[in-house]
Amino acid sequence: MTAPLSGVGRPAPAAGPVHTGRLRRWAAEVGLGARLALTGGREGLLRTALTAIGVGLGVAVLLLSVSVPAMLDARSSRTAARDDDRYGSDKITPGDTTVLTLNIGTSYHGRSVRGRLVRPDGAHPVLPPGVRSLPAPGTMLVSPALRDLLASRDGALLRDRMPGTVGGTIGKAGLSGPNELVYYAVRGDLAFGQPQVQRIDGYGSHSPHEPLDPFLLMLVIVIFVVLLMPVAMFVAAATRFGGEQRDRRLAAVRLVGADGGMTRRIAAGEAVVSATLGLLVGGVVFLVGRPFVEFFEVAQLSVYGTDLRPPLPLLALLIVSVPLAALAMSLVALRRVVVEPLGVVRRATARTHRRLWWRLLTPVAGGALLAPLTGSRGDFNQWQAVAGVSLVLLGVALLLPWVFDRIVGRLGGGGALSWQMAVRRLQLSGGSSVRAVGAIAVAAAGTIALQMLFSAADATYTRDAHLDPGRAQSYTVVKVSALATATDSGALDAKLRTGGVTSVNTFRRDSAHFGASGFATMWIGDCAVLRELAELDRCADGDVFVFEHPDLAELPGQTVVMGDSDPDTERPHTEWTVPATARPAKALPGPYGDVTGVLVTTGAAPPAEPAPTFVSYVHLAPGDEDAPERLLNAAMAISPTMDVTIQRSQVRDSTFASIRRGLFAGAAVTLLLVGLSLLVGTLEQLRERRRTLAALVAFGARRSTMGWSILWQTLVPVVLGLVLAAALGLGLGALLLATVNVPFHADVSGIAIVSGIAAGVVLLVTTASLPALWRLMRPDGLRFE
Amino acid sequence: MMLSAVELTKSFGSTQALSGASMSIAAGEIVAVMGPSGSGKSTLLHCLAGIIRPDAGQVLYRDQELSAMSDGQRSALRRGEFGFVFQFGQLVPELTCLENVALPLRLDGHRRKDAQRRAAEWLDRLEITDVAGKRPGEVSGGQGQRVAVARALVTGARVVFADEPTGALDSLNGERVMRLFTDAARTSGAAVVLVTHEARVAAYADREIVVRDGKALDLARHA
Amino acid sequence: MSIGQAFLGLLESQPRHGYDLKRAYDERFGSDRPLAYGQVYSTLSRLLKHGLVTVDGVEPGEGPDRKRYAITPAGVADVEQWLQQPEKPEPYLQNTLYTKVVLALLTGRPAAELLDTQRAEHLRLMRELTRRKTGGDLADQLICDHALFHLEADLRWLELTAARLTELAGKVRG
Ligand SMILES: Nc1ncnc2c1ncn2[C@@H]1O[C@H](COP(=O)(O)OP(=O)(O)O)[C@@H](O)[C@H]1O
Ligand SMILES: [Mg+2]
Repeated sequence: MTAPLSGVGRPAPAAGPVHTGRLRRWAAEVGLGARLALTGGREGLLRTALTAIGVGLGVAVLLLSVSVPAMLDARSSRTAARDDDRYGSDKITPGDTTVLTLNIGTSYHGRSVRGRLVRPDGAHPVLPPGVRSLPAPGTMLVSPALRDLLASRDGALLRDRMPGTVGGTIGKAGLSGPNELVYYAVRGDLAFGQPQVQRIDGYGSHSPHEPLDPFLLMLVIVIFVVLLMPVAMFVAAATRFGGEQRDRRLAAVRLVGADGGMTRRIAAGEAVVSATLGLLVGGVVFLVGRPFVEFFEVAQLSVYGTDLRPPLPLLALLIVSVPLAALAMSLVALRRVVVEPLGVVRRATARTHRRLWWRLLTPVAGGALLAPLTGSRGDFNQWQAVAGVSLVLLGVALLLPWVFDRIVGRLGGGGALSWQMAVRRLQLSGGSSVRAVGAIAVAAAGTIALQMLFSAADATYTRDAHLDPGRAQSYTVVKVSALATATDSGALDAKLRTGGVTSVNTFRRDSAHFGASGFATMWIGDCAVLRELAELDRCADGDVFVFEHPDLAELPGQTVVMGDSDPDTERPHTEWTVPATARPAKALPGPYGDVTGVLVTTGAAPPAEPAPTFVSYVHLAPGDEDAPERLLNAAMAISPTMDVTIQRSQVRDSTFASIRRGLFAGAAVTLLLVGLSLLVGTLEQLRERRRTLAALVAFGARRSTMGWSILWQTLVPVVLGLVLAAALGLGLGALLLATVNVPFHADVSGIAIVSGIAAGVVLLVTTASLPALWRLMRPDGLRFE
Repeated sequence: MMLSAVELTKSFGSTQALSGASMSIAAGEIVAVMGPSGSGKSTLLHCLAGIIRPDAGQVLYRDQELSAMSDGQRSALRRGEFGFVFQFGQLVPELTCLENVALPLRLDGHRRKDAQRRAAEWLDRLEITDVAGKRPGEVSGGQGQRVAVARALVTGARVVFADEPTGALDSLNGERVMRLFTDAARTSGAAVVLVTHEARVAAYADREIVVRDGKALDLARHA
Repeated sequence: MSIGQAFLGLLESQPRHGYDLKRAYDERFGSDRPLAYGQVYSTLSRLLKHGLVTVDGVEPGEGPDRKRYAITPAGVADVEQWLQQPEKPEPYLQNTLYTKVVLALLTGRPAAELLDTQRAEHLRLMRELTRRKTGGDLADQLICDHALFHLEADLRWLELTAARLTELAGKVRG
């Protein structure tokens, strides 16, 4: 009736007000959704809280991850600012501000300790960052971590090695991280020309920034993609927590007259509100959790909480993209269901066959991006690598639903009843579990690929010290100088023989040149000492032996020039003739590996240079943990420049071991997050089925049957995901290995560990949903009036 | 008497659902339980079937006392001797109709082949062979209830408990379900406890019991 | 229902003898009570008198059975009009039952028991009709259902009244 009237009697309303009217109505609808999210009763609040916490956890992990590069930057700019390594290249004249420095870094129970001895040339010496004035003689400046260590019982042995008492602490500017052990002390008798002593006129790196090893670069890239993709997927899944209930609520809204568009806008309002709450939660968790990173140390790398600053562009991206993702997710999800006034109808997706080709497109494209990089051991385009790895991993998530449809669709209803129910359930509505498992599969595929890179790294970076436990495990090297308190082998032997040392053999080491470019190390000592290095059938003072080596075969009878070719050493050119009677000798394995050169008994030796170098082979009592520390203390007492090498039976680069541990920890956290979304899905499904469950109780169903059915229902998608992940992970790993030129090598232990973690998650999810199942398997569900 | 309830009381919180209800049913007998909604019909049925325990009183099935049994024993009894039909069928949505009918047999430990063969026979008896491969969501309400009836009878149950089995159906479909249901129950000699508030549905029974305020009255005996 | 109109309808399909007419009627409509012969012939003579039927032919022999009746155009018009005319809906007032309840309340007799007894009786009849229905053909079913729905309506009234008995008692006595 109003239509003809408005056409005749009243002027048509202007376009503007209609428009703003609609906008206002839309805004009101979105606002209604937002209110529903916040005031929708206990259930609604629970759902909003669940989403907010889920999104928040994911966001906190994302914030932490995107802060890592900035954190590393801050750290390396601080370490660069205190760098004093000049490699003897600068000739600096002494002045009011110059200082002499000596690196006396050591290690204590496997932790490295950075130490410097300093002597100012004038009254106004340059100071390292974090230091206001040089320590008084007899005292030292230490990092807070070192101060605490020295004060503790654990630091007792280290105290003896320190050049003084604690006189102050070093500020944050001079430390790489809160757990770093650093000290500075002043020593008056430091002089230029003493071994390793340098003169500097300022701190700060002079050498250009070294680019990261491509292998390490690849590792870092893959770690980021592998751990962040599932977290992002988790965030997406978290925005759909409680979706079923939400759909029912929308149905109720439709019943009172909302149309399709209105329900979409209401849903959008709800999604954006809970995602925004999630962002807030994530921000709070990040800020509150940040100081706690100082308690963790990975690969001797500790981090200041304040160094964790997400870069602004990424932060802005996160803040914008999380609500948008939530919005998109909820709208996409709404397209799959028809919200009718009287309920929710799920669109039968089973009818529309999932297509394979476009799902294959992404992993193939990823492979195509990575393939050209193979063999380029050197530099490669990082973005190409990131894109390639991401596409392959995304492929895992995209292929999984297809594989799932194919395989689960084929499974018959045979076998046990619990199995039949699980299979049928998955066939009818496996969508949500596939989505959650997609994240597991991505994490697993990435972890497997990474694990392959790591075992390659292990092979490259772990050297077996083919050590004979009966032989020396340690050796020390010292060049005699004014700083040394022992100047001959006897005195060295005596000083090195500390508790836990079972024997010490000290040689004088010299070097000799012959011919155009011939070079030989000379090992000088008595017969007993020389037997430490080689199998000698008979030996008397005055004998000379030449190790079996093609380069040295011509040596007996030749005249050699003593000393290194270093022009700096002011040493008269001493010549010495290797006796023609020198006999061949076979090297014994030592801590050095096999030595080579010429063995000379003291009687036949050329005269020693003014500042000779002594090498001592030290046997330590096996099993005495403190023996190496005492040896280090003795060495420091002999000379701050004394070099000590202590062999362990296997030399593993501890960085890799801990990165590897970190990777598995990260994978476990990621899988736990994914497990959380699986759990939420299962619980929702259970609640939705309370009537069916109650009817099953009436029919006398056992709890165990239903429990097993939940287990199968969780296990089947996870197993499928893992199989797919293993296949693509191995492929990706092979490509990555080829990129860094390492031969293919499938790592079974990695797959086993990842599968183990995933199995744990499945068990956890099942166990956690059992109480709810027991609770719902009660006759209450039979009430419907 | 095959199954009897003696002086049952049951309350949920402050709601007294049953207050001294007694009734009994002979083998092969069909008894309608009528009464206004909220009067305690379903509660009585749940007690009789051993799904919930009454606060006081006894339920005797073939001289065994149900409330003295453990949960496991009662479940086993329900699996083997009882069958159920509910208002909305309560079919398991992900299983096909045939699998739904075979479900109680499988719960009772029968092999799948055997269970499905017997289920197919029952679908045939209830004139719904064509829905065997469909899921409950794909069949009409009347067909679904007939699947539920087949499911209740497939184990050779001695007692079938039906709670408003036609409550969600129109008259025509309700009549049809009731005719097939009572025919099938009589042929297989099962007793039926039929909870309903519709007189026309109750008229399919042999006698009726009226529940009022938690008490069961046998009006015919009065008369 | 008017027997006259039923006869006219039956005759419209074909002319019949009086005896045939009674049999056809009993078969279709008279499930419980067969018509008495006297009623058949008095009805037929009334129809003859009004010119709605004629005697189509007489067979040799004796007795009223020998006449064959056929419908006249006036008779056809009458059937037509009868079918087109809606029946006046007659609310089935529970006169007797209502009276009984009120009297019981007035005299302090147990009205609830009265209602329960009636209820049991109603259901007994319903059970019987249901049994007959399940054994019978479609016509039986339709007729039984008609009765069942009416009985069900009565039963509802009985239930409702039972639920409102106290209220009613207050009204009646006060
Ligand atoms: N699990 C339960 N928790 C609380 N109250 C219940 C429960 N089951 C039944 N009741 C209450 O007990 C009374 C009887 O319920 P019920 O047996 O379902 O009646 P009917 O089936 O006759 O409609 C009702 O008031 C109902 O609300
Ligand atoms: Mg009920």
